[in-house]
Amino acid sequence: MIEVKNIHKSFDGVEVLKGISTTFEKGKTNLIIGQSGSGKTVFIKCLLGLFDYQEGCISYDGKVFSELSEDKKRNLRADMGMVFQGSALFDSMTIAENVMFPLKMFTKQSQSEMEHRVDFVLNRVNLINAHKKMPSEASGGMQKRVAIARAIVNNPKYLFCDEPNSGLDPKTAIIIDNLIQEITDEYDITTVINSHDMNSVMEIGEKIVFLKDGLKEWEGSKDTIFKTDNKAVTDFVYSSDLMKKVRQMYIEEKQ
Amino acid sequence: MIAEMFRKPTKWSVMKQLILKDIDDLIIGSLGIVAFISFFVGGVVTIQTALNISNPLIPKTLVGFATRQSIILEFAPTFMSIIMAGKVGSFITSSIGTMRVTEQIDALEVMGINSLNYLVFPKFISLMLYPFVISIAMFLGILGGMAACVYGGFSSLEDYITGIQMDFITFHITYAFIKTIVFAFILATIPSYHGYYMTGGALEVGKASTTSFVWTSVVIILLNYILTQMLLS
Repeated sequence: MIEVKNIHKSFDGVEVLKGISTTFEKGKTNLIIGQSGSGKTVFIKCLLGLFDYQEGCISYDGKVFSELSEDKKRNLRADMGMVFQGSALFDSMTIAENVMFPLKMFTKQSQSEMEHRVDFVLNRVNLINAHKKMPSEASGGMQKRVAIARAIVNNPKYLFCDEPNSGLDPKTAIIIDNLIQEITDEYDITTVINSHDMNSVMEIGEKIVFLKDGLKEWEGSKDTIFKTDNKAVTDFVYSSDLMKKVRQMYIEEKQ
Repeated sequence: MIAEMFRKPTKWSVMKQLILKDIDDLIIGSLGIVAFISFFVGGVVTIQTALNISNPLIPKTLVGFATRQSIILEFAPTFMSIIMAGKVGSFITSSIGTMRVTEQIDALEVMGINSLNYLVFPKFISLMLYPFVISIAMFLGILGGMAACVYGGFSSLEDYITGIQMDFITFHITYAFIKTIVFAFILATIPSYHGYYMTGGALEVGKASTTSFVWTSVVIILLNYILTQMLLS
């Protein structure tokens, strides 16, 4: 479980996060949603320890990140898996080498054990016969799957995803969302996903934190987000015509 | 940055491969251009020297002597380093900068890897072989001078050989290699700094490469002056 208490983060005097507190529970897919510029990416980078924050604290299963030594911070990071918005695969390595990379760095497994594990996770994300391809030869959806495979190969306790389905077609986006949820359930990890995609919210939002202008405006789940009267949330959720129709149907059904 | 580079080292089995790859990219990959430039610039130095000696009282051996001094003292260590700032320095800045803008460095950090050690340390170690490149530049520069001298008819082979052996001071070689090692350190660190700490997108990678080349060249020229003053005067 990740506990966030009163996080404040500023850049050059401009406050981007204005005191966010929340918890992300183990075995659940936790979504951070909000408009562009609401502070989602800064928040997830604070969670990853990539940004220092001015106030507040973040604890991972009781370990307060800011109180750890640099070496212990790095050890804790080894328990984190991250799927970046642009996948962030290493250009100079093949897909298999990318996935094997955390194993090479942090385990004492033999080459055959590592190859076996790579085969397993690539198979798990439905990537077969792509081992020798370079990242530049893979499609956006394939790159995202490789990034997920790399993030889970070393059995992380925490999985972070920054807009995992941005730039993907709706069908592939749903496949990626479902894959993340399956992995979260299967390995009982704490998953935090940064998204502004309403399909993701409806598919996998077991816990949803809505950010607006650096503040936590609302929190709930995919079941409660449609019932909320919070104007900022409804403006965000029902910004498209499709979602307005969905809401209308929901209200009619309720009546 | 330098202190952080030595903290929490990467696993040796991985680091060994990174060092070998960087030796291939930075050292072996530079040999062709170094050989080409050294040979022909050596030839040009010889021709210029020979053409400027019009007084018949000056011995022809001076051509070889002047070529040797120019190549060993300045051309090979200093000007080859400026050329390497363009070739190797730009490569280091752009490769690390691209990793920064595509979040590959963030990915390393999230995994708990000391990205400075992983990215910069192998380049630093690889460039400790830079004196080897400069030795080749010295040899080929003098060889190019010999070819130009003999085939251009400026002096005989014997005069040139005598000239390059004349008044040889071994400390000049030590001086050249001290400069080379200092410049190798500059070539590894300044471009890495500009790549590692850059912000922005693809356009900024290009700008960072240019800035890194300018600063590397300026620091090399300044240190060349300071080291020459300290070691030779």
